[in-house]
Amino acid sequence: MGQRRRARRTAGTGNVDVNWNSAGEFIAMGGYGLYVWGAYAVTVACMAAEPVLVALRHRAAQRALSDGGRP
Amino acid sequence: MSTSWRFFRFASPAAFYPLAGKLVPWFGAVAAMLAAIALYLGMLRAPTDATQGDAYRIIFIHVPAAWMSMLLYVVMAFWAAIGWAFNARLASIVARAIAPTGAMFTFLALWTGALWGKPTWGAWWVWDARLTSELILLFLYVGYLALVSAIDDTRRADRAGALLAVVGSVNVPIIYFSVVWWNTLHQGASVSVTAAPKMASVMLIAMLLMTLAFWAYAFAVVFVRTRAISLEREAHASWANDAVRAARPEPGMST
Repeated sequence: MGQRRRARRTAGTGNVDVNWNSAGEFIAMGGYGLYVWGAYAVTVACMAAEPVLVALRHRAAQRALSDGGRP
Repeated sequence: MSTSWRFFRFASPAAFYPLAGKLVPWFGAVAAMLAAIALYLGMLRAPTDATQGDAYRIIFIHVPAAWMSMLLYVVMAFWAAIGWAFNARLASIVARAIAPTGAMFTFLALWTGALWGKPTWGAWWVWDARLTSELILLFLYVGYLALVSAIDDTRRADRAGALLAVVGSVNVPIIYFSVVWWNTLHQGASVSVTAAPKMASVMLIAMLLMTLAFWAYAFAVVFVRTRAISLEREAHASWANDAVRAARPEPGMST
């Protein structure tokens, strides 16, 4: 019961029904943790890396212009 | 032809560059917000599935990634064709800017699918019509990227890429209808406009919100890449120099 209340508090809203009773249960994903988190980890990694790479490419294009561009 | 194109105010890299720059932060913010809500609903609120247990939670990224992989291909082929048919520079740039993001979503659809297939089917991979046609989509994206980067003449590369993209677009309906046309291990469509939803509404909402998040993400990333390619290609043009000079007074963040 106390665990249940903690799960509710983590969610941040007063009166909601979170599916998990504890953080450990959430991480275990009913025994499918490796598959679920493996899928999410790679997705997050890709979608975090791509904006950085594309911003660096844009920055490089800007720098090439301001260095080598006409005065 | 050129006069009619003047109506398209933003159809040149010079006009689109600042517009895209203004839109990118908004698309980024919307993507982050919707993804947070979708993850909260999907990972914390949605109940455990009766047959698949919690392995089904991969659906919240698998289906949006797979949808985006197909949608982005169609959009890429469309702009590549416009760029080819009307000799529109910006359209060709947009097509090239979409390809890496489309390839990434295709890879993610395959990756998350493999990690979902193992616990539910007992196999990471099967040569099933849906999986095979999605793998061909990845090869089409990679082939497009390899082809356009292998040709030095930019506009010739655009035209060759457009031909590949347009011909390859026959694969998209094959992917979509593969689960209907063939007997596949992959399940049928989870969402249909005509039929009642086959899953709990909180799951459906989480999946659709994540799709919108991925969609907004794709806009943000593709627009930044469009800006980068525009500068790279038109470095000789005065607008590019003006745009960079205009961005210089604020050395902090200029996407």
